[in-house]
Amino acid sequence: MKSMTRTLILILVAALALILLANRLNSSQGYSSGNTLTIYNWGDYIDPELLDRFQEETGITVIYQTFDSNEAMLTKIEQGGTTFDVAVPSDYAIEKMRADNLLIPLDHDKIPNMQYIDSKFMNLSFDPDNKYSMPYFWGTLGVVYNPNLTDLTFESWEDLWDPSLRNDLLLTDGAREVIGTGLASLGYSLNDTNEEHLQEALDKLMGMSPNVKAIVGDEIKLLLANDEAAAGLVFSGDASEIMSENEELDYVVPEEGSNLYFDNMVIPKTAQNVDGAMQFINFMLDPEVNAQNTEYVGYSTPNDAALALLPEDVSSDERFYPPDELTAHLEVYENLGKKMLVHYNELFLRFKMNGS
Amino acid sequence: MNGKGSGNARSLAYIPYYLWVVLFVIAPVVLVVYYSLLDVEGHFTLSNYVDFFTPVYLKMTISSFWYAFLITLFSLLIAYPAAYLLTRTKHKQLWLLLIILPTWINLLLKTYAFIGIFGTYGPINALFGAIGIGEQQLLFTSGSFVFVSIYIFVPFMIMPIYNALEELNVSLTDAARDLGASSWITFRRVIFPLTLSGVKAGCISVFIPALSLFMITRLIAGNKVITLGTAIEQHFLVTQDWGMGSTVAVFLIFAMAVIMFLTGGNRKGVRR
Repeated sequence: MKSMTRTLILILVAALALILLANRLNSSQGYSSGNTLTIYNWGDYIDPELLDRFQEETGITVIYQTFDSNEAMLTKIEQGGTTFDVAVPSDYAIEKMRADNLLIPLDHDKIPNMQYIDSKFMNLSFDPDNKYSMPYFWGTLGVVYNPNLTDLTFESWEDLWDPSLRNDLLLTDGAREVIGTGLASLGYSLNDTNEEHLQEALDKLMGMSPNVKAIVGDEIKLLLANDEAAAGLVFSGDASEIMSENEELDYVVPEEGSNLYFDNMVIPKTAQNVDGAMQFINFMLDPEVNAQNTEYVGYSTPNDAALALLPEDVSSDERFYPPDELTAHLEVYENLGKKMLVHYNELFLRFKMNGS
Repeated sequence: MNGKGSGNARSLAYIPYYLWVVLFVIAPVVLVVYYSLLDVEGHFTLSNYVDFFTPVYLKMTISSFWYAFLITLFSLLIAYPAAYLLTRTKHKQLWLLLIILPTWINLLLKTYAFIGIFGTYGPINALFGAIGIGEQQLLFTSGSFVFVSIYIFVPFMIMPIYNALEELNVSLTDAARDLGASSWITFRRVIFPLTLSGVKAGCISVFIPALSLFMITRLIAGNKVITLGTAIEQHFLVTQDWGMGSTVAVFLIFAMAVIMFLTGGNRKGVRR
């Protein structure tokens, strides 16, 4: 009993000492003073060197946090209690945040570098006149495949149903992506909310089940790079990462149409340092900085001036910088509302259960 | 319990426990039940419960229970002999430490490791190739899911059984032997019944978490195994349909309460 009391006291003292120490460290690094900037971004989505450079140039201390889905990010910002100054949501999430009054309008005068952005990435439906957001990266949804393991070319979504692909296909664990594949293969819109169309898409997807080896998250990059399956449904950004690991692989966007996505920088309502946030957005749009970031992350940059700085084999790669006539028939996800999102997930769940 | 003079001091000492129970046990359960009565738009409804009793969720429930049962059964089959041998070894503490050690490593890290181990070009398949069995698909099968889960849960089964075996009075087994019981009879009539409490504790601490497993279902089973835990995670993080997620959680809480009641109730039934 005595030794137990002693241990307890020891633990308490140690805990208190750690709290004091942490406070000390925080204040000595300026965390508790006002000049900090909290950035909330996707995992592995920035060159860390650039964060250091931003800190050096501006004297603002950066606190960097990451998320792995738009929904997780939305939940955190909606719930409050956070102090994110900059976030990087995708198109439909921006639309939702705009509708829910979760964003602070940008002061375009403070972001002169926006002049470098290709005009086709500006003024998009999810944010007219870019009142709330600035493009960060963009990309498409398509198929990564290994030509040595399959004869299919995936120019059509139908190839995903091909019997030769039995148990050799990996899917991204996303309801909109998978149901969207079914919709696109039938010639319907990715934003379709017609019940009959959705049901038809699900019925069609059920026929794909024998081909599906697994439905996975971020691990899909590792698995495809290791030739764990012949093909996988992934976003172009992930595809370029996978292909830099395994050069035999190729990426294609099936011609019936697919998803075109944008990840844009926004300032959420939770911001404490709005000026710092504008400074950061402007910094990331600087051509040289943007080019460095693009080379590190491997996604497609919307920044024309930065693209010109990149090596020829990157900027002329039509798989990741498709010409306008190709992107023209791609679709951006719209915010379909909570009810539809639930319905899409319900259908997706039924598809998953079918494979088990 | 039945002190008279120190009654006031006693009830004062209970306050932290009551606070704890109210704040961290009762309040969350009430909240979960409350949310389970809301639909996506925040209106009161029972539709979540109606939805739960559709084939999709019933099938999910059955498969959750089935896998939790398999995981518990195999964990027990491995853990009992292991715990028994452990009590007979020389360096008990060392062996015990070795068994507990893996639980210090984060669960996700351990799970990630198995993606590499079970992969098409992983060491197990290399071994299979070398001994002529040929390449097998290990990853994304229900077998590998059960295997990894057992690996993760076995220490939690061994610990209570080991403690029960340690507490067992040696003179009882000696007496059984003296009275002519064979080793098997001694085990069946003396050792096993006396360590049943440990077995029960172990089964509960494996079965209940196994029922709500998630992440492993995606990482190792590639969503080919869908458990109630996966559904809760999806509803809270992806769909943001907290109502449905809470309904599944309410059902899980209910199921666990039933299990606790059933296994706790017949503690006296050991005698015979």
